[in-house]
Amino acid sequence: MNFIASHYLTLILFFPALAAVIMLFLPRDENKLLRWFAFGASLVPFVLSLMVWVNFNADQPGFQFEESYVWYEAIGSSLHLGVDGLSLTMVLLTTLLTPLAILASFSITDRVKPYMMLFLFLETGMLGVFMALDLLIFFVFWEVGLVPMYFLINQWGSANRDYASLKFMIYTMGGSLGLLLAIQMLGVLFGTFDLVSLYRQWNSLTADRVLLGMSVHTVKTIAFWAFVIAFAVKVPLWPFHTWLPDAHTEAPTAGSMLLAGVLLKLGAYGFLRLILPLYPVEAKMFAGALAFLAVAAIVFGAFAAYGQTDFKRLVAYSSVNHMGFVVLGIAAAGLASGTTDAAIALNGAILQMFNHGLSAAGMFFLVGVIYERTHTRNLEEFGGLFPLVPVYGGILIFTSMASLGLPGLNGFVSEFLVVRGAFPILTVYTAISMLGLLFTGAYILKGIKKVLHGPVNEHWAHGEHKLTEISTREILVMAPLMALILWIGIWPAWILNVINKAVVALF
Amino acid sequence: MTTETLIWLIPLPPILAFFLIVLFTNKSKALSHTIGVGAAALSWLASMVVFFRAIGVEHLGEHPFESSLNWLPTGDTFLKIGVLIDPVGAAVLFFVSITIFMIFLYSVGYHNFGQPKGDHDVAGLPPHGATVEEHGRKHVVPSIEPMYSRFFAFLGLFAFGMYTLVVSDNLLTLFVGWEIMGLCSYLLIGFWYGKPSARNAAIKAFMTTRVGDVFMLLGIAFLYWATGTLSFREIFTEETLHILGTTMTPIFGLSAAGLIALLLFIGTVGKSAQWPLHVWLPDAMEGPTPVSAMIHAATMVSAGVYAVIRMFPLLTTDFNGHELTTAMSVVAFIGAFTALFAATIAVAQNDIKRVLAYSTISQLGFMIAALGIGAYVAAVFHLITHAFFKALLFLGSGSVIHGMEHGVLHTGNHETDPQNMFNMGGLRNKMPITFWTFLIGGFALSGFPILTAGFWSKDEILADAFGHGHMAVFITLAVAAFMTAFYTMRQITLTFLGEPRTKEAEHAQETPWTMTAPLVVLAFFAVTYGWVGIPEHFPLFGGLVPNWFHEFVGGTLAEHPEALEFNVVPLLTSLFVALGGLFFGWLAYRNVQTPAEDKFQIPVLKNKWYFDEAYDFLFVKPAYWFSETFVSAWMDKGVIDGILHTFGKVTQFLGDIIRNYFDLPVINRFFGDGTADATQWVGRNLRPIQTGRVQQYFMLALVIFIVVGAALYYLLLA
Repeated sequence: MNFIASHYLTLILFFPALAAVIMLFLPRDENKLLRWFAFGASLVPFVLSLMVWVNFNADQPGFQFEESYVWYEAIGSSLHLGVDGLSLTMVLLTTLLTPLAILASFSITDRVKPYMMLFLFLETGMLGVFMALDLLIFFVFWEVGLVPMYFLINQWGSANRDYASLKFMIYTMGGSLGLLLAIQMLGVLFGTFDLVSLYRQWNSLTADRVLLGMSVHTVKTIAFWAFVIAFAVKVPLWPFHTWLPDAHTEAPTAGSMLLAGVLLKLGAYGFLRLILPLYPVEAKMFAGALAFLAVAAIVFGAFAAYGQTDFKRLVAYSSVNHMGFVVLGIAAAGLASGTTDAAIALNGAILQMFNHGLSAAGMFFLVGVIYERTHTRNLEEFGGLFPLVPVYGGILIFTSMASLGLPGLNGFVSEFLVVRGAFPILTVYTAISMLGLLFTGAYILKGIKKVLHGPVNEHWAHGEHKLTEISTREILVMAPLMALILWIGIWPAWILNVINKAVVALF
Repeated sequence: MTTETLIWLIPLPPILAFFLIVLFTNKSKALSHTIGVGAAALSWLASMVVFFRAIGVEHLGEHPFESSLNWLPTGDTFLKIGVLIDPVGAAVLFFVSITIFMIFLYSVGYHNFGQPKGDHDVAGLPPHGATVEEHGRKHVVPSIEPMYSRFFAFLGLFAFGMYTLVVSDNLLTLFVGWEIMGLCSYLLIGFWYGKPSARNAAIKAFMTTRVGDVFMLLGIAFLYWATGTLSFREIFTEETLHILGTTMTPIFGLSAAGLIALLLFIGTVGKSAQWPLHVWLPDAMEGPTPVSAMIHAATMVSAGVYAVIRMFPLLTTDFNGHELTTAMSVVAFIGAFTALFAATIAVAQNDIKRVLAYSTISQLGFMIAALGIGAYVAAVFHLITHAFFKALLFLGSGSVIHGMEHGVLHTGNHETDPQNMFNMGGLRNKMPITFWTFLIGGFALSGFPILTAGFWSKDEILADAFGHGHMAVFITLAVAAFMTAFYTMRQITLTFLGEPRTKEAEHAQETPWTMTAPLVVLAFFAVTYGWVGIPEHFPLFGGLVPNWFHEFVGGTLAEHPEALEFNVVPLLTSLFVALGGLFFGWLAYRNVQTPAEDKFQIPVLKNKWYFDEAYDFLFVKPAYWFSETFVSAWMDKGVIDGILHTFGKVTQFLGDIIRNYFDLPVINRFFGDGTADATQWVGRNLRPIQTGRVQQYFMLALVIFIVVGAALYYLLLA
């Protein structure tokens, strides 16, 4: 037990990868074994992160459960891991969603072994980003996460998968080029990639220093935008978002769940972990620009979602809309850091990340459930399915309402906090974002109307097309998500307490 | 149990009923409605206990029942939520709990509990009737609603939302209840989702109210920021109100208090269906009738007015008692205009429920206008009396429709619209209980003098408007009141009086006790509730019963409102508009048989002043174009992806150039192939000397030896 207790983070981080390697030696055709093995393996990090959550002391500022191992001594990079309230929330989200995504994939029959292995590798990649306290390690995991997702889309995706996977890969990598350069520059300047010491050194640079032949101000501005673009692509902010609908739509169901549930959070996490602490001055200076892009994402994302005829694309665009609120909160916090308003906005932004993880994963799964049965995502071919699949319909309405931000469910709490926090700081932008909130309602209702409501759909009611009700396994995937959605909606204090204390300590 | 604990518990039974029915008992209709009605009864009981304890407390306004707890950590502090029952809360709780309970009970009968399953009924459509054989004869009887259990679940959730709203001590949970009701109205209006009209109406209701809600959300955020709290009693301290009243905003010269009040008021405009966001409410008639009563009387629309009542101190900050502030003028204008505007439409409607829908909009306008001119108690009074008689009227109309549907099943002619009043007539003999209760409700709505509750509350609003010199509001409301009485009598005449105009009406039948009992209970309150608020100076009746209502509800405000001096002008006006309207309504319609004979079927009124068409043209169509064409097709697929694809193409093009003009010719052909070619050429040309004869090799070696030797000798030694 002692070993476990002192190595929580490394265990959580590498267990999935280790399990994936073990899977290599399992028989290829035993689908049942492979599925259950992967599912079981993904539960281990979840249990461990629950233990971390329980043992985490929210009142203590700074990082906890820290571990550090020499990795690349010559350039001063080490495998430094640690969590605070912000990253722990994200770790919990990741370890929760991965088992659910794997459970959701039990219906996959094509090359189960590599499929499951990729998911486990993906989990390690995502967790690494949230735990890393070393910039280089951060970047390594940042890119590691891309590869499994690329193959998942490219190999198990639907019709237009080549285009989508390539777009996803190139877009994200293109975005992170600047990030890599900026990280290298920091490493060269300070001889270390360790985040904790960089926070200190980088911010204590006086303005009259000359770095690489340029003023500190110029260097920082360039580095700031390099970081911003990398994260903006990932979040995604308008106008860097067009990879998202393609990638989400073409990815297999479980892939979309994690893509929307966790991968998008990597970008927002980057803003919180790196940009706000490393570039407080620039974040304040360019907060207006960030807010503009965020509001554009909120408004255009909502309108674009409303304009879709493909169910999955509609849900995909909803992510653009929802993640916009995260960045709006971040921009507000950047402009007025240290105030109560900023703290409230950040609370909202971080909670919104978690909430969106729950509801978006749920929505994508539900789209997948119906796609698996009908092999179409075209909204025009649905309608009138409610009498055929009442349980599915109820679950879909519930999850949609969470996505819509209905008070009493989780989305409302976070959106309210963002709006409350951003309102006094970025009044006009917040007011404009209300237009997006209005149309969030429009596209959600459009989805429900086009899928469930209307006269009984005869095409899917009989014979070979007969639509079957959601299965027990599928309900089990949704049950934890729905329980959390409701719980956070009614009593958010348990999670917001951890977030709030981290926010107060950090910013 | 302490009263505070009891207040916390009031909203719980309906929500538990919702979860129980959804998760466990939905297969059993009997169990589901038992749970639903039982939960409503429990909440009603708890509300009554709280109400009677509340009226026993002296100075409840200063010392209300309240209790709160920390909900959201925000930086260093917490956002608290809690419950509060002050006089106005108690008064509202009283009528809400009664109407909700009655509606639950009524739904049992309305959805034909105990009847057989329909022959062709499917979930999502209203039941079409079942064929039964009795004594060897087949006939069609009403069939039970296929989604019976679900209906009670939704009602439970709805009731939860309303109770939450009423007992809230803060704007946030009020908003939570508000939005939950919004969802429920969406679900219930679209209850028969198989009908395209119902599903469109549901979306229209949700979206229209959401327009108001987003403004309200902004108002809440503003208020929370400006005061650091959302609890009513913390906001409405003199100090806070003073700060809010003196802080100026750049918008229309409004003070912060005024701006916040207006932002919140826009939420009410949506929820209480005031012009210009009134369009959803008539369409909401697509839902089952108990829903209409729930939405239009007991709960949702009242919630909008209730929110303004709650925010009254904010709205009237800086109000000196005479000159309306900007915010108040806006509220008064919207209310008065809506009251008249909706009444003009109601005159031309033929659907029995739609008439009531427009009359609801109009009556809510009365309340809003009353609040706008600062007549706080009058507004609360009218809110409550209206809730009773309007719930009565809606349930009554549902009973009429039910009776008519019976007739339709009997004749088998499904072409006859059981909601069209021109298909009715003479129902007073067929459905006596419904008739008498409907008559009471209708007279209360018209403000029939002395007897009905509606007279007292409407009269108080008119008296207040007159007494404080708001003549424009007074005249508008008086005209609206006249039209109210007129269209109400038109409705009663067309429906109940005269002779049956169709075979279906001839075969209409009185409804079961579960439907008529609520009508009787509500009729009781539609009469008696007015007596608790008779002004003291009223001729003859004043002072017989103490004006309890004014004392009690007025106590909510920090400044107890003065009782108004009696004036004969508004009283005569009230009498004239009520009696005159009723008389002319009867006179004009007593002999009308077909819509063609109806002089008020004016196209512009019939088509509701073309607001639906205008909104469609101005907002709905552009929104489609903007999202489908502009954002999706042009911006995302065209411009942004276009740039990306161009980027890809340029890269490809550069790659091609490098390949075709450098890699291929220079590297491949020149260096690569060139080196190979050269080597090959040398090799080929050297082949002749590779003869395989040792003598020749020696000869060659000798020659080279001599040549190299000579060269070395020459270079090194010479």
